[in-house]
Amino acid sequence: MAVYKKTYRRYEGPLTPERQRFLVIPRYAFEEMRRSRFLNLFFLASFIWPLICALVIYLHHNLSALKLLNLDADKLIRIDAGFFLTYLGIQSMGAFFLAAFVGPGQVSPDLANNALPLYLARPFSRSEYVLGKMLVLVTLLSLMTWVPGLLLFALQGYLEGASWMAANLRIAAGLFFGAWIWILVLSLLALALSAWVKWRPAAGGLLFGVFFVAAGFGGAINGILRTRWGNLLNISHLIGSVWVSLFEEPMRRGAGAVFFRVARGEEIPIWCCWAALLGVCLICLFLLGRKIRGVEVVR
Amino acid sequence: MQPVIELDNLEVRLGERTVLNKLTASLTGRSIGLLGPNGAGKSTLINTLLGFHAPAAGTARVIGLDIRTRARQVRGLTGYMPENDSFIASMSGVRFVRLMAELSGLPQEQALERAHEAFFYVGLGEVRYRQIGTYSLGMKQMTKLAQAIVHGPKVLFLDEPTNGLDPPARKRMIQLIQEIRDHGDLHLILSSHLLRDVEECCDQVLILKDGQIAAFCNLEEERRANRKFLELETRGANGTFTAALAKLGCQTAPGAGGRIKLVLPDGVEIRQLYELAAQQQVQIRRIHCKRDSLEDIFFKAMEPANGRL
Repeated sequence: MAVYKKTYRRYEGPLTPERQRFLVIPRYAFEEMRRSRFLNLFFLASFIWPLICALVIYLHHNLSALKLLNLDADKLIRIDAGFFLTYLGIQSMGAFFLAAFVGPGQVSPDLANNALPLYLARPFSRSEYVLGKMLVLVTLLSLMTWVPGLLLFALQGYLEGASWMAANLRIAAGLFFGAWIWILVLSLLALALSAWVKWRPAAGGLLFGVFFVAAGFGGAINGILRTRWGNLLNISHLIGSVWVSLFEEPMRRGAGAVFFRVARGEEIPIWCCWAALLGVCLICLFLLGRKIRGVEVVR
Repeated sequence: MQPVIELDNLEVRLGERTVLNKLTASLTGRSIGLLGPNGAGKSTLINTLLGFHAPAAGTARVIGLDIRTRARQVRGLTGYMPENDSFIASMSGVRFVRLMAELSGLPQEQALERAHEAFFYVGLGEVRYRQIGTYSLGMKQMTKLAQAIVHGPKVLFLDEPTNGLDPPARKRMIQLIQEIRDHGDLHLILSSHLLRDVEECCDQVLILKDGQIAAFCNLEEERRANRKFLELETRGANGTFTAALAKLGCQTAPGAGGRIKLVLPDGVEIRQLYELAAQQQVQIRRIHCKRDSLEDIFFKAMEPANGRL
């Protein structure tokens, strides 16, 4: 490309479609992320567990391999809703760490450097900005959770037969919707905290605080008041309950997913869990709406 | 001629405070200055035109587009250089400007090409791959200008563009603004509290005070008019000289001590006054051109009703 035109001239060329411009933000964000060695390694490591799961599914259906390893198929982990729920729990916890690392870097640098007026002085709305930033997290977390999950389901269906697939479509739906709920809550929380806390490490730390400190506080309420309603503050409990209802209702067998346990006797009505998660999302959107502005008005 | 900016009873409130109070004006100039003391509402007016603040009453139009209903189109036609530092510190200059060009709708390749061009144009070609966080204040100002012009806007909003610049950097910035004004097919809206910046770059000036329009003047007309009002200090002048001036078509008002105030008609040059004085053997010791500068206009506009600043 020749750089010889050193005078001001108007741009007369074609423009990209307005509705696609929010995709510019994730493209730049991914280019930035590619430079982080830690992030690349973490992201690659997040596929170890799906690979182990795929290996287990494969072993289940390969008699010669089982014989070679001297294993009994019945003694291996059962490939059922519990298996996929465990898979989702482990991957979702990985996704949480990734969100805590990537999320704070999304909005806080723009706020700290006062870059928002430059974004929003263009034909680019606040919602497109949030959507673009959210797409970064949604893409990464999807690649960690439901995308490999559905591939595992497809592998199991392929090896087990179409009848198994048809009988267990609920698992696929649970994987897809369960992961999406977690991704939405996590992305919105990470962005909202990133918008309010301009210092990146503090925003990441606060995300851990929201999950673990709030869960501890909920547990304390449960203990002191001898109630179950403290679980409304425990996001992992809320997500676990929703997952159980998506994967196993009405024949509930387990106690939720690993890291997202729903202890028997401590359940709260499922509609309360949905409402609480919706409340978290709405609060996050409100917080983002307050902060993502062209100019900050000090009243 | 279509107005660049039309203010139609525009009122903006931030909380309980009315920051812009029923502004009505139609600005048609190629380069328009927004002048006023700190807190007069200049930046708020620009922010409102860009859609950052919703008008509480009235409306405004930018190149005929209503900011209430067509804010997105307005932002598509404008470039904005904000007053404060605005950038992404961890990005290289050219990458940042390219991002801004892409957000304005330029395809990737054109955005990259224009980002390079814009950087060379503002004189930062050699440092375009450095992180913006390492730039000096002057470089950051130029980067802000580069991102404002990279997509070739029709209206360019410059909010205090010379803020914090040393004299050479200020001179360079003013030269660039003048060049963009003279060679670019765009309109400039320059907000500043520095009279010199506005005087050097603008042909129309809107003076704001306490959120209201204190004065509006066409600098070009003022400059033209100023050339017509003269005050002569003479020796030896008498009624004959005044009559001869009147014969030339000048309106005259003789004063004490040989002073004569006059209005020069079109087509009469100052040289002719000297020729006339030579014929009449009158000495012209001094000629004062009336200089009602922007400074005078500004201070007149700032005067409250009781005459005290």
